[in-house]
Amino acid sequence: MSEQQPASDVLVSFRGVQKSYDGESLIVKSLDLDIRRGEFLTMLGPSGSGKTTCLMMLAGFETPTHGEIRLGGQLLNNVPPHKRNIGMVFQNYALFPHMTVAENLAYPLTIRKMSKSDVAARVKKALDMVQLGNLANRYPGQMSGGQQQRVALARALVFEPQLVLMDEPLGALDKQLREHMQLEIKHIHDTLGITVVYVTHDQSEALTMSDRVAVFKDGIIQQIDAANVLYEKPVNSFVANFIGENNTLHGEVVAVEQGSAVVRLASGDTVRASAICVDRAGEPTSMSIRPERVRLNQFAESCENRLPARLAEFIYFGDHVRLRLDVAGQSGFMVKVPVGELDSRWQVGDTLNVGWMSQDIRALDSAVIAH
Amino acid sequence: MSESLSVNAPLTAADGEPLKLKLARERRNKQLKAVALIAPLAIFLLLTFVIPIATLLKRSVDNPEVVSYLPQTTKAIAGWDRRALPSEDVFRAMSQDLLVAKENKTIFEVAKRLNMDITGFRSLLQKTARKMPLELAAGESVRDRFIQIDERWGDPDHWHVIAKNAKSWTPFYLYSSLDLRETKAGTPELAPVEERAFLNIFGRTLWISLWVTVFCLLLGYPLAYWLANLPARKSNLLMILVLLPFWTSVLVRVASWIVLLQREGLINSALMNLGLIHEPLQLAFNRVGVYIAMVHILLPFVILPAYSVMKSIPQTYMRAAISLGDHPFAAFWKIYFPQTVAGVAAGALLVFIMCIGYYITPALLGSPEEQMVSYYVAFYTNVTINWGMAAALGSLLLIATMTLYAVYSKLVGANRLSLG
Repeated sequence: MSEQQPASDVLVSFRGVQKSYDGESLIVKSLDLDIRRGEFLTMLGPSGSGKTTCLMMLAGFETPTHGEIRLGGQLLNNVPPHKRNIGMVFQNYALFPHMTVAENLAYPLTIRKMSKSDVAARVKKALDMVQLGNLANRYPGQMSGGQQQRVALARALVFEPQLVLMDEPLGALDKQLREHMQLEIKHIHDTLGITVVYVTHDQSEALTMSDRVAVFKDGIIQQIDAANVLYEKPVNSFVANFIGENNTLHGEVVAVEQGSAVVRLASGDTVRASAICVDRAGEPTSMSIRPERVRLNQFAESCENRLPARLAEFIYFGDHVRLRLDVAGQSGFMVKVPVGELDSRWQVGDTLNVGWMSQDIRALDSAVIAH
Repeated sequence: MSESLSVNAPLTAADGEPLKLKLARERRNKQLKAVALIAPLAIFLLLTFVIPIATLLKRSVDNPEVVSYLPQTTKAIAGWDRRALPSEDVFRAMSQDLLVAKENKTIFEVAKRLNMDITGFRSLLQKTARKMPLELAAGESVRDRFIQIDERWGDPDHWHVIAKNAKSWTPFYLYSSLDLRETKAGTPELAPVEERAFLNIFGRTLWISLWVTVFCLLLGYPLAYWLANLPARKSNLLMILVLLPFWTSVLVRVASWIVLLQREGLINSALMNLGLIHEPLQLAFNRVGVYIAMVHILLPFVILPAYSVMKSIPQTYMRAAISLGDHPFAAFWKIYFPQTVAGVAAGALLVFIMCIGYYITPALLGSPEEQMVSYYVAFYTNVTINWGMAAALGSLLLIATMTLYAVYSKLVGANRLSLG
């Protein structure tokens, strides 16, 4: 990725970017990233993983300790933030409290010395886009959190920047409103065709909205892919555990052949899995499988891998029931069962058969610490 | 349960008492408790704040001398036409009053009061009183006798002064505090230039206060901004440096400034030794010294409210403004500054109001040219024992402060006034 020249559809490119605050530890270790024009890219990761720092370097509020950041081919390192023409939405909205909504929206336009009529037309258009046309003369303090968030969005878009950055913009909203706003932001992105870089620590938000998700940990991008690839094909155990729900089985590699590994568990059972992070026998590994890929009893008969499991707990979710199982002596294994498939004779302590296809279980690195 | 809900009868508690009565009693008890809790403070404020201020205001228009010590004259002079000399009755009443006043030794009080209006009235009154009682031959006019004692009694102006003061209240002190005097018609007019003093003093008080406020703002605003944007550990340490002098007695600080600023003081000797100056600078006992010390003493009153307001403004506002394309300086002025106005203005108002009433610093560090209104309040209270003037000057200071506050709350809005 780092060798090739930026393609014509690449809007932002990070090359060998590093950032350190104290000169001792790197908050961003080495970042090479291309963001395509019109893309919705999400930077996802736990707090302290360096994602917000990357965003701030792109916005210009932090300077990289090393490396290059380009926007549309132009080197950004020495461009001050107010000349970058990048829209930004902040977590706490950052609407100017002493200005009305219309004044907030007009702010970037008057700086660009637009005529009064142009400003009024643009403000109206932006407010209509977020369905707040009738609240132009309100002050931010008189609006709900969701409305303020829309105004903040409109303000970041009103001057038609080529790139919009969003720093956990929905973090302060309640769940229902957040889900609604996720769709709204997604629709606005689709309509306007703008490029969005979105930072969040909420993996479901990232999966819902993004074209691609970059998963950050310890200042390094662990994996960057479309949401479904990230979910179905995590490249290491951190990504597997961070995105969605995941079951883990620990064991030791016995043999690796043609992308497939045979792994022996502590109980003595062997499992055949896709070899992702393992390449030789004797390596410890953590295998990852999604709860919905696990089959039970008669459904498991056709599977290559079959293991006995003890039923430890029922957890009722309304539309489905989760079973917590001890598989081959390893606890905390979750299986989702639709209510219709639940056998009423099952009881805690019963032994069930679980099974899965070998392409659905992935032998990843064993360490909790990513390499 | 369903019965009591279906019937429209008043709800009752378990013991049969109407619920409404019970609630009302409970509310009353709560109110009584609250009143009892604030009562000590209310009484304290009444005794130490409301009553003294009311007395001060009354004292500034109080005029008891002529009415109480020359009662008959007061009565008789009411019918005077105020053109020619008063009638024989007035003179007779005066002679009787003077006799009583002489015996009661109250003549001095009246004499002192009347002397304020016409210089020399004191001696005139005392000289006349010494001649009391008059031994008049049959048919001899009291008026002629008075004029014989001193021809000034034949001058209607002196009688005007008595007539003017034959009321238990007077605007005299307030007028004098503003360099006004009462004409014979009773309207105020500006005193001749050479007699004016207080307008100048009030002007000087406001002028010094204005500059101290401006200097405090210029020095305090950047410092508060710096403190508000430092990491908490560092800003706490520096805040202590701001507060430390704040906790020291004003007298001690003024004394230290004298040590530092005087002709042979630390600053002058240091500058001389460095060869930067050859003559000591005049830093103390003039306007410069007063400004330095007052700004130093009052600086925390700007820094603290400004700091607390700035602390509550998140950094993201500035970032948002800059990301929208504004230059950082312009963004500061358009976005950050307006949000700090309330706190900064509160601090400035506080400083200005405290300046207006400043006494000790100008008294110790200033020349006579730096003395402010409070100095003259103290002067009239302690030196000349003219409480009327002291009270009038004090009342005018109070009015100035309240006017200022009214203007301020009109401009900024009192509810936006934030002391943090």
